[in-house]
Amino acid sequence: MHLAYPVVLSALLFCTGVYGVLARRNAILVLMSVELMLNAVNLNLVAFDAWLSRAAQAAFPHDGLHSGQALTLFTIAIAAAEIGIGLAIVLAVYRNRGTADVDRLRDTAEDRGGSDGTDATARAGVPAPGSGEKAEASA
Amino acid sequence: MSTITLAVLVPLLPFLGAVAGLLLGRTAPGFVRPLAVLPVVASLALAALVAARQGGGDPIDAATELTPTGSVPIELALHVDGFAALTALLVTLVSACVQIYSTGYLRHDARYASYAALVSLFTAAMLLVVYTGDLMVLLVGWEVMGICSYFLVGHYWETPEARAASIKAFLVTKAGDVPFLIGLFVLAADAGSFRITEILEAVRNTALDPSTPTFAAVERIDNPTLIALLLLAGVAGKSAQFPLHTWLPDAMAGPTPVSALIHAATMVAAGVYFVARLLPLFQASAAAMLVLAVMAAVTMIGSALAALAQDDVKRVLAWSTIGQLGYMTGALAAGDRSAAAFHLLTHGAFKALLFLTAGVLIHAAGTNSLAAMSRMSGLRTRVPDAYWTMTVALLALAAIPPFSGFFSKEAVLVAAEHAATGEGGPVAAGWIVLAAGLLTALLTAAYATRLWLRAFRGRGTDAPDHGRQPVAMNAVLWVLAVPSLALGAAFGVLPDWFGGGSLAPGWATSLLATGIALVGGIVTYGTWRHTTAFAAGTPLGAVAAHPDADPGQVEAEAIASHAPAYGDLADAPDPSDPGRLLLGPLHRHAAEGFHLDALYRAAFVRPVTAAASLVRFLDREVVETYVRGAAAAPRLLGAAVRRAQTGNLQTYVSALLAGTVVLTVAVVLAVSGA
Repeated sequence: MHLAYPVVLSALLFCTGVYGVLARRNAILVLMSVELMLNAVNLNLVAFDAWLSRAAQAAFPHDGLHSGQALTLFTIAIAAAEIGIGLAIVLAVYRNRGTADVDRLRDTAEDRGGSDGTDATARAGVPAPGSGEKAEASA
Repeated sequence: MSTITLAVLVPLLPFLGAVAGLLLGRTAPGFVRPLAVLPVVASLALAALVAARQGGGDPIDAATELTPTGSVPIELALHVDGFAALTALLVTLVSACVQIYSTGYLRHDARYASYAALVSLFTAAMLLVVYTGDLMVLLVGWEVMGICSYFLVGHYWETPEARAASIKAFLVTKAGDVPFLIGLFVLAADAGSFRITEILEAVRNTALDPSTPTFAAVERIDNPTLIALLLLAGVAGKSAQFPLHTWLPDAMAGPTPVSALIHAATMVAAGVYFVARLLPLFQASAAAMLVLAVMAAVTMIGSALAALAQDDVKRVLAWSTIGQLGYMTGALAAGDRSAAAFHLLTHGAFKALLFLTAGVLIHAAGTNSLAAMSRMSGLRTRVPDAYWTMTVALLALAAIPPFSGFFSKEAVLVAAEHAATGEGGPVAAGWIVLAAGLLTALLTAAYATRLWLRAFRGRGTDAPDHGRQPVAMNAVLWVLAVPSLALGAAFGVLPDWFGGGSLAPGWATSLLATGIALVGGIVTYGTWRHTTAFAAGTPLGAVAAHPDADPGQVEAEAIASHAPAYGDLADAPDPSDPGRLLLGPLHRHAAEGFHLDALYRAAFVRPVTAAASLVRFLDREVVETYVRGAAAAPRLLGAAVRRAQTGNLQTYVSALLAGTVVLTVAVVLAVSGA
């Protein structure tokens, strides 16, 4: 099989993932898109490993380490761990906020129009909107 | 115990009392009174013992060097001669009286503990000045007194008068202390020592003939005039002599016992005491003696005129203190240390008495204004003790025989006469002091009579009745009345102690000065008879709002209300004032202290505040503009960058992706060489 097929497929997969990450609002769908991108990379790893080992067989007949495929196994394992943690975070956020929309999780945003230091002290006096909800949820 | 140990204990006891009072004042208020009174009384007893043992004989000298300090050694030295022993006795007596008086006077004062401790510290500093034989140690006591007077004058710091007065007292005396310090350094550089005995030795060597064999080996004073003039600046500041006397009348904003202590017997006496100790050094410079004489003459006459115009009873006494100190510096200018020391002792006694009686008077009348007192009848029956003792003290002040002030003032005048007739001392200085002294005797009698008549011979409504004054206050008055009455009789014994000539009054000066004083008194009495009729026409008088509060509070209220009630701190628009008629057009200027304060304000205060506001302008408007400009650019930049922080993760990732794409394209283009 020509190398172009898996590479093009992986590029398509990756672009789908990127689109998902950039465009989806739901955090779970964003995580799924990240998985797509990871799998595109995995596909690349396997495809290039197979292609390289075939090309090298003539020169080194006994080289059968297949480091690319081994690396893929690691990536899958790590991706599984990562998605586990990611889903746990999403779950916790959902329990606290009642939503998992990435658009609405904007606590790190700078205040609009707050251009000097006095706002910082004013802000410190008022509890952040999230913290109140958090307290309710844990109670 | 040896006399040296006793002499060391005399300043040490009040110092330890002060430290204990400051430490325990808050935690153990019951100990404050014993800690204030007992150390001072004990040191009075010890000072009496030291004086008895010293007995006017050879000076007791002792010195120890704690650590080498470089070129000129600084030693903890003791030098007790008869003069020092008697001065210490006076200081401890007045201080003990003041401490006992204060237990009654400030009995409800919230800050009594720190007040009493500072009075003790003050006494300790003065005793250090009196007993020490090393000028650097003397300077320590000298400066401790300065800072204590700052705190004590500002005791009622709630009132703006007291705050201003304390800062003024501190700054004016410091203005003299800076040249004083430089003078001490020059003196030590010349004499090679800070010890008083060795400095006097060097002064004696200065007069040596250059052909003497030891001439090259001994230390000499090379610039006596420079040193004497520099030292005189410090003396003028401390002893309130013209032109640095302006702090003393304002310092009356402190409590009356403080005025009695600081401004009659101790702090102002320190300057005179210093000159008396180093008199040969000053005598080595004819110019310095002449400056001293002129200073004394101007001080005497000016202050006596000002005293005649004051309305506040304590300010009358303050100006009179300045004048009496003028007598002492006058005696020194005439070259007679004994006369100055004699007047220092008698004046310390009767002026402390005058201030303490004034405190009683202010409490009884509820006002410090003579104009208000002259519109009260029966004040003398309310405070009989103060009435009789104040009469004694005023007679001593006016130098009427046989009160103590007569003998000591005679000693001063005789010294001036001797100098003027060429029997020792500079002739010009003698004439200046003699003329000024006689004129001042007239004025002194006049203002003493005015004070007495206005305070005790008032007519009008009955004086308020607050019951009897505390025993602690009345008893002290009689204790001090004894030396005011009888100390003058000691003129036969004192020359042995001071090691000087006879202090007996001369016939010519006695008759002249007493006659002049009587004239002053009688003229004032006549004027008072004439003007007192006007009193009914102009009702005046503001009395304290809390007449039954403790005397200290009544006095603080009286001082604070004087300017609002009468329009001026020193003056009152009262046509029945005999001083107004006697002084004529001079009265307005005399009440203001001859506008010296206004002059200083124009010459020193205004330029300094102008320079300060210039510096403030430069700092606020120029330096800070650069700082603000330096901050503005990063702030604008930051505001722009903060716009990007939307909090939306996807925006960030989009930016990241775009950046990656741009970088990748750039790298690819660069590698492919396009």
